[in-house]
Amino acid sequence: MPKIKQPVKSPSIDMTPMVDMFSLLLTFFMLTASFRPQEAAQIETPASISEKQVQDKDILTIFIAKDGKVFFNMDNGRDTTTRFRADVLKKMEEAFKEKYNLSFTEEEVDLFSRLAGFGMPIKDLKAWINAKDSKEREKLQTGIPSDSTDNQLMYWVRYARVVNPYAEVAIKGDAETDYTAVKKIMDLLQENKVNKFNLITNLVPEEATPADIPK
Amino acid sequence: MAEIIQEEKGKKGGKRRPKKHSTHIDMTPMVDLMCLLITFFMLTTAFAKAKVMVITMPEKDPTEQIKDQPEIPAFRTLNVLLSGDDKLYYYIGVADPKKPPLPTLIKSDFSKDGIRKVLLEKNKDLFTKIFEYRDKRIKGEIEVADTTADNTIKEMKKADKKGPIVLIKANDLAKYKDIVNIIDEMAICNIASYAVVDISPVELEMLKNAPQ
Repeated sequence: MPKIKQPVKSPSIDMTPMVDMFSLLLTFFMLTASFRPQEAAQIETPASISEKQVQDKDILTIFIAKDGKVFFNMDNGRDTTTRFRADVLKKMEEAFKEKYNLSFTEEEVDLFSRLAGFGMPIKDLKAWINAKDSKEREKLQTGIPSDSTDNQLMYWVRYARVVNPYAEVAIKGDAETDYTAVKKIMDLLQENKVNKFNLITNLVPEEATPADIPK
Repeated sequence: MAEIIQEEKGKKGGKRRPKKHSTHIDMTPMVDLMCLLITFFMLTTAFAKAKVMVITMPEKDPTEQIKDQPEIPAFRTLNVLLSGDDKLYYYIGVADPKKPPLPTLIKSDFSKDGIRKVLLEKNKDLFTKIFEYRDKRIKGEIEVADTTADNTIKEMKKADKKGPIVLIKANDLAKYKDIVNIIDEMAICNIASYAVVDISPVELEMLKNAPQ
């Protein structure tokens, strides 16, 4: 008797639900994504109980690393038509043209307006903009000079405030930075009529209750 | 997991039918790609926005001298001196070399039983008042918008005439986190008035002789 041949079934799994789920997740992530900005230095912020969120536009951020190096970042403004970064760079070019023989091409200005935080003397800025990769960029980040002899940070802040008068200043300092370094920056900002600071901190909830009051 | 499309065999002769193709589409590459994209987005997304602590400093204008400075009663002034190493010193009153004796520094720290106890004790009335107000809001006894509540608390702080006036001073050894910690402590204890001011030479001298 001939054997009855069982039809060979293909070992397929229905992938449709899986695909459905993945597309859902993907759409969610794509829509909610706001990319983590590339930071100039590793900074661990101190903790506080403050729950106020930092605004994401119209903000100048000054980074102060552990070793006192200063970095600077600003945005292009709320409006997509404004290019504050480019405007500030043009003003900086004007101010330092003679001293360092600076000149930026249109492409360089355009590229700069799309980049993130930076921290180097203005004479190295051209090299930073034209750097091929992030490693090369990192090497150039030596901090913005902010001492009294060559105070370039003051120029950056001043022009950024001229270009975007609504900009607020945020300070992102490392917990272990010397207070004197932070104070120097704050004094400099106060000379430029910035009296309100947003200190960027980590949220660590803590609360005191009337039970904590000593009798 | 890929689908294996099997060709039908063994039908020789008879009617020649057009080959039936399976209607299944192999989804595996699509799933692969999606996994990759999801991983990418998950890793690059910054979910939590950074939090900020807002601090407003008094205007520093050398041409504009403040003439009518309000008189602060000495017993309300609490001076906090920061000197790094997670420790701090405080004293009450004014350190004036012309009016000896100088107040003695009391050592404390940033822990729950450190400076917070001192601040809470001095700010008892205002703290309890604000705490009760917040508590009532949480329990639903008072229903107001967040901004209204903030303003009410602000008014309470303004009207307070008994709480301490804290002057925060730091020497060169202080770290940034010390300043943030102490300002945070002001927020926890609902201190109505505090300021970060420059340290005086007398206080620097006092810190040198302070107990370690």
